[in-house]
Amino acid sequence: MKLQVSNSPHIRDKVTTASLMRDVAIALLPAAVASGFLFGIRAVMMIIVSVACCVLFEYLSRRIMKRENTILDFSAIVTGILLALNLPPTLPYYMIVLGALFAIVVVKQMFGGLGNNFVNPALAARIFLVIAFPTQMTHWTVREGAFSFFDSFLGKDLVSSATPLAMMRNTVADAASGATSSATIAAESSSLPSLLSLFLGQKGGCIGEVCILALLIGAAYLFVRKVIVPWIPLAYLGSFTILVLFFGHTPLLEAVRYRPLSLEAWQNAMYEPLFMLLTGGLMIGAFFMATDYVTSPVTRSGRIIFGIGCGIMTFLIRYYGNMAEGVSFSIILMNILTPHIDRMTLSKPFGERRAKKHASL
Amino acid sequence: MLIMFGVTNDRPLFIIALIIVEGGDILSTVLAFRGGVHPRHNKNTDVLPSIRLTDFSEVDIPLHQQIGPPCTCVVSPGDYVCVGQVIARSEHPMAVPIHSSVSGTVKEIHHVVSEIGEPIEAVRIESDGKFVDDPSVAPPVIESREDFIAAVRASGLVGLGGAAFPTHIKLNPPADKKPQFLLINAAECEPYITSDYRMMCENPDQIIDGILAVMKWIDIPRAIIGYEDNKPLVSRIFEHELEKRIFKTGECHDIRVHKMKTVYPQGAEKMFIYALTGRKVPPGKLPHDVHVTVLNVSTVRQIGLYLRTGMPLVRRRITLDGSALNIHGNFNVPIGARVRDIIESAGGLREDPTKVIMGGPMMGVALDSMDCGLIKANNAILVFGSKETRVPPESACIRCARCVMACPMLLQPAGIDQAARRKDIEMLTHFRVMDCIECGSCTYSCPAKRFINQSITDGKKLIRAEKERYASEQRLRTASQKASSGKEEQDGKSVPKE
Repeated sequence: MKLQVSNSPHIRDKVTTASLMRDVAIALLPAAVASGFLFGIRAVMMIIVSVACCVLFEYLSRRIMKRENTILDFSAIVTGILLALNLPPTLPYYMIVLGALFAIVVVKQMFGGLGNNFVNPALAARIFLVIAFPTQMTHWTVREGAFSFFDSFLGKDLVSSATPLAMMRNTVADAASGATSSATIAAESSSLPSLLSLFLGQKGGCIGEVCILALLIGAAYLFVRKVIVPWIPLAYLGSFTILVLFFGHTPLLEAVRYRPLSLEAWQNAMYEPLFMLLTGGLMIGAFFMATDYVTSPVTRSGRIIFGIGCGIMTFLIRYYGNMAEGVSFSIILMNILTPHIDRMTLSKPFGERRAKKHASL
Repeated sequence: MLIMFGVTNDRPLFIIALIIVEGGDILSTVLAFRGGVHPRHNKNTDVLPSIRLTDFSEVDIPLHQQIGPPCTCVVSPGDYVCVGQVIARSEHPMAVPIHSSVSGTVKEIHHVVSEIGEPIEAVRIESDGKFVDDPSVAPPVIESREDFIAAVRASGLVGLGGAAFPTHIKLNPPADKKPQFLLINAAECEPYITSDYRMMCENPDQIIDGILAVMKWIDIPRAIIGYEDNKPLVSRIFEHELEKRIFKTGECHDIRVHKMKTVYPQGAEKMFIYALTGRKVPPGKLPHDVHVTVLNVSTVRQIGLYLRTGMPLVRRRITLDGSALNIHGNFNVPIGARVRDIIESAGGLREDPTKVIMGGPMMGVALDSMDCGLIKANNAILVFGSKETRVPPESACIRCARCVMACPMLLQPAGIDQAARRKDIEMLTHFRVMDCIECGSCTYSCPAKRFINQSITDGKKLIRAEKERYASEQRLRTASQKASSGKEEQDGKSVPKE
């Protein structure tokens, strides 16, 4: 009788690549369901088309390149869902196909497949589409009367709208030209959607990024299942919030300067950070895109640096850049820096006191 | 906490015996290393009492059972040997003698391949079933530290936790590295294995004898026994044992029992020292560099047993577990007994085994034949059927960093794996592969099922080969320089010295 001889260890944890990807897909289900409610059946069709295209392109490209079939590791499905959730609700289907082609074939397979992509494929495809089809990629719709809770969930027609970030820019520009103090931005917020409707998704934006509640439920599932660790989201959202709080349009120090004990002053100061957190692709970016394994650092301190870098970049683009949305660009930029961050944060082995200047044999 | 006061009749002094037996709850959860994994404990045999096995028709004792040189045989085929008689020794200072574990006739001295693939010699002895003790077996007379160390060496003792490091070397640190703590490793972090635990349940008196002897002769003031919290009775056992000793002898000793968090590899030496004392052993250094001596609980029990009876290391307790066995449990078997014979004597196989592991599932060695003899450092034989031994296929590394988070030595296994596959020696040194303790936590936690541990072993081999090549190149260069300088001096020229 022949005995199996293999190297130790002889037992393995039951987690596999496929089970991790499955968990991510399950975590994205609440956002997918919410997008169906908020934007109608077309949003769900977009997700299905995107997933189908991604899987098909992965199968075909692996076949053409004569490599083994990897569609069973679920990563193409996850890329498909993430890509669709980052697109506006009225995007023509052929653009989704192009985006899937770019994400899977160019960004992923041409660099060596799973584990070798140098940027997040879904985010890279989104940027590709933004640059190739800027009008269609910035056409936002909401349901008529979207700022009422019940209307948005009962099939009313979609009308064009601006995203809250664009609305905020207009408000700020008005306030600046009207030479009023920054404290009135909060007062002007009556024309902006309420924080609750921002949280529930009753606003213009990409189909997956609007419903923050669904995204947080998904993120909680990921934490419980130990798929992601909290360093990147905490560092990203934390650094971004601190920057907005102190350097935004209603800086904290200025707002509470003369009346530090007034609750209203603190509430005014808090409005802007909360608004910024709940709009745009920040939540989906922080929990689902920036935490992508392949393109983020491997050490804890590296991940914190990565998150802080993303936060700084997002703040700079949103406040000093020309675009309303900066999350995708900031994550891509930090993805590119990841190998350098990894090299910088290589931890010293257990017990070593001084860092060696050069490794010797 | 137990503080006892005792007054003996022949001493007028008030002797305070202070024994602190701590549950250690708060300390144990705080003091642990970063990283590690949590495989299922599978301590299926921890309530079963050990069984002594004696029906072996022959044993095949390997002659290389330690870290250090192999021993040379001092008996010849046809000789009659008794239990405890020396059958192999070596003059090397690190070598410990090997004793016969049965009485009977030496049949042959033959070449075998050890379980790790090394060609060694082994002595095959046919047992007469009587287990006659050698007449030279008698409790040793210890009057000084040198006597003690010589006695430990003469008993053939090596680290019984699996490392097989000669104990007499460990108990003899240089004068400037005097140990302050004696740590007794009762963690037993590998799944399935319960031999150390059963030893603590069944022979706690011999363990304490051993600890006291080491503390006395090596002059170590404090001892701490560290165990994982999946072993329920340990603190009560030692509390009871130490109480008995207090009433009997009235002597004062600082022996503590500390509960530690159950995480693999809590029993790894560096992690164990850090969890109990907070001291970190620097890479490349030994425990006595942080003034600590670590001994496995089975090793220290063997010291106690030898001092009491004089019987050297000829038997040991091993755990038998796995789905292909009929009976699981702990068995006391002679050194050198064949794996096949042990399994048969213990109850036999239920099904055809797919994998037989000598050791635990995380660091044990998979055997290619069941005919090898048991060595001193083995503490388990696991026999698995086909269900538990599916080797999943490898897939691409997704940089999930679970291996980085699991590594107790704070290395980057994913980077090492990549560098080793590319045979990139510079990157391997950059990632400090030589500091890896090969615990297997990285490979256990990898979702892509990559053979990281194997890559690490390959990487270490590459670096050793490179060092060897470099060293031999240096030797060649120095030799040729000497030769050429010698020739040129003969010619009258002077050669610039490098």
